Amino acid sequence: MSLLEIKNITLKFGGVTAVDNLSFSVEEGEVYAIVGPNGAGKSTVFNLISRFYDPVSGSIEFDGHNLLDHPPERIADFGIARTFQNIELFDNASVLQNLLVGRHRHRNTNMIQEILFTPKVRREEIAHREAVEEVIDFLDLQPYRDKLIAGLPYGIRKVVELARALASGPKLLLLDEPASGLSVEETQDLRWWIDDIRKQMGITVLMVEHDMGLVSSVCDRVLALADGAKLAEGTPAEVQANPAVIEAYLGVGAA
Amino acid sequence: MRIHFKTTYNHDIRLFADRTTFLKYAALLVFAVALPFLIGDFYLGEATNVLIWAIAGLGLMLLTGQTGQVSLGHAAFLALGAYSNLILLDKGVPFIISFPLAGIITGVVGTIIAIPALRLHGIYLAIATMAISILADDIIVLTERWTGGVVGMFPPTIDIFGFEIERWTQPDRFYYLVLFTAVVCTLIYRNLLRSPLGRAFAAVRDSEVSAAAMGVHIARTKMTAFGISCAITGLGGALMGYYSGMVNNETFTIVISIQLLMMIVIGGLGSIHGAFFGAFVVAFLPQGLSIAKGWFGTSSVAIPGLEFGVFGMILVLFILFEPDGIYGRWVKTRIWFELFPFARKDMFKRQKSYLKTERLR
Repeated sequence: MSLLEIKNITLKFGGVTAVDNLSFSVEEGEVYAIVGPNGAGKSTVFNLISRFYDPVSGSIEFDGHNLLDHPPERIADFGIARTFQNIELFDNASVLQNLLVGRHRHRNTNMIQEILFTPKVRREEIAHREAVEEVIDFLDLQPYRDKLIAGLPYGIRKVVELARALASGPKLLLLDEPASGLSVEETQDLRWWIDDIRKQMGITVLMVEHDMGLVSSVCDRVLALADGAKLAEGTPAEVQANPAVIEAYLGVGAA
Repeated sequence: MRIHFKTTYNHDIRLFADRTTFLKYAALLVFAVALPFLIGDFYLGEATNVLIWAIAGLGLMLLTGQTGQVSLGHAAFLALGAYSNLILLDKGVPFIISFPLAGIITGVVGTIIAIPALRLHGIYLAIATMAISILADDIIVLTERWTGGVVGMFPPTIDIFGFEIERWTQPDRFYYLVLFTAVVCTLIYRNLLRSPLGRAFAAVRDSEVSAAAMGVHIARTKMTAFGISCAITGLGGALMGYYSGMVNNETFTIVISIQLLMMIVIGGLGSIHGAFFGAFVVAFLPQGLSIAKGWFGTSSVAIPGLEFGVFGMILVLFILFEPDGIYGRWVKTRIWFELFPFARKDMFKRQKSYLKTERLR
């Protein structure tokens, strides 16, 4: 069975059909990309998985759970972590604190214990910090550990957001345009990281990306969307050669 | 500038960054304990007032500075704390139980009031909570049977296992009670900051959508913040009741709510220091003004609204020139000295104020 299975999902905003009867599935251990022109509904699919939007019809199954039965804050508990297209970090907190929020789903202590800061809270805190430190080491964030987000450059913030998602120890990682606004070198780093995330950590990756160079070098399968509906699905080479995809991007007659 | 070489995770978790910082705060505590021997009864009373405001401020700081939820209703929670303590004492409950219970009652009521307020943000939340403050006045008058209405209630002498604390004749004992409460509340605040719940508060403040994606239950977190905030404010209210010597429907007006909010903005939103700095300004401003009036030879002339005018002006100046409040200025000055002579003028260009993170929805 697939890790993530989306079946016949439809989402409407008033009269606009943002996602139209879309079905696809992501297998465990693969890197799957969603591409498409602006407004195709790529980020909307992410927001559906995160449960920020309620679909009109269809189902989303993850690892044996029907996600539509659960509120947004429960999604992280199943092992789904995500980044956002326009970075959504906690600006007035340090990098370390941001990553520690990523560990929130592993919180085992209650309010009273935390107010008294019992030995159990301390043990848990140390465990969280160990997990976070591994991510910091993996993504080379050591120089920024205690810096406030508000003062960091864009490229670093992108990495911090990836780190926060990884800190939660997910099974599935949703990356919303991870390479947008990054330099050539930074994109190159990202390529290695995505490869390592899949191979070393065994995390399945679902990403939305415009950079076809990155997509064809790291992804196993690609889904092309246009106007909320599936245009093509297959290996990066197959999708890039598909006449319907070329038409959606470049217009009729370009092929 | 001091650089910390961290060798253990505990280094990150412990309360004080290093020995020097620990010694500084230890010295401050020793000074606070020795204060009754150093100054006269009048100034000791003023110091007590500062600490009581600081306790109430810590409560609001946790909600507004830490969780980003503005409240103009905290005078109502001060009143609730004061009245529940006095009513419990009236029913024969000993002070050692009635005082913490007053905090808990206020916290529970605060949590319940938070439920309808959860869907509101920013200015709308401020207006909704302001209504609570205005309602409190009427509720106190209507429940005259228990609260004494406009006549009010008079706090009895505190009795802790036979150890008596009379606010007027034994100001030093009352001061120690307030100091102890302030230290306990500060510790609670500090412990929350270094544990998952405190980070969840900050996450809700800065980005609700990514907080939810990380598994933070937004509604529950806001309710918890309201609860803890109101509990601490309730303790402050109980002490404020003793300090003023009498409480009635006009003791905790909407003005107190506004003053509390201004106080934490002037002190510096989001920091424990800010609550204390702000409390100094609020508590000493009336005294400072009457001294200043003496300089102009106008001490006998009553100028209505002078205190609020000056207070408002200070607030406007802080929002314009130092949104991080007195604590922000304090940190910058310290860094300037630490880096001397290498501090640059535009070092804090990228600073953002908490108020700007309020988004339009």
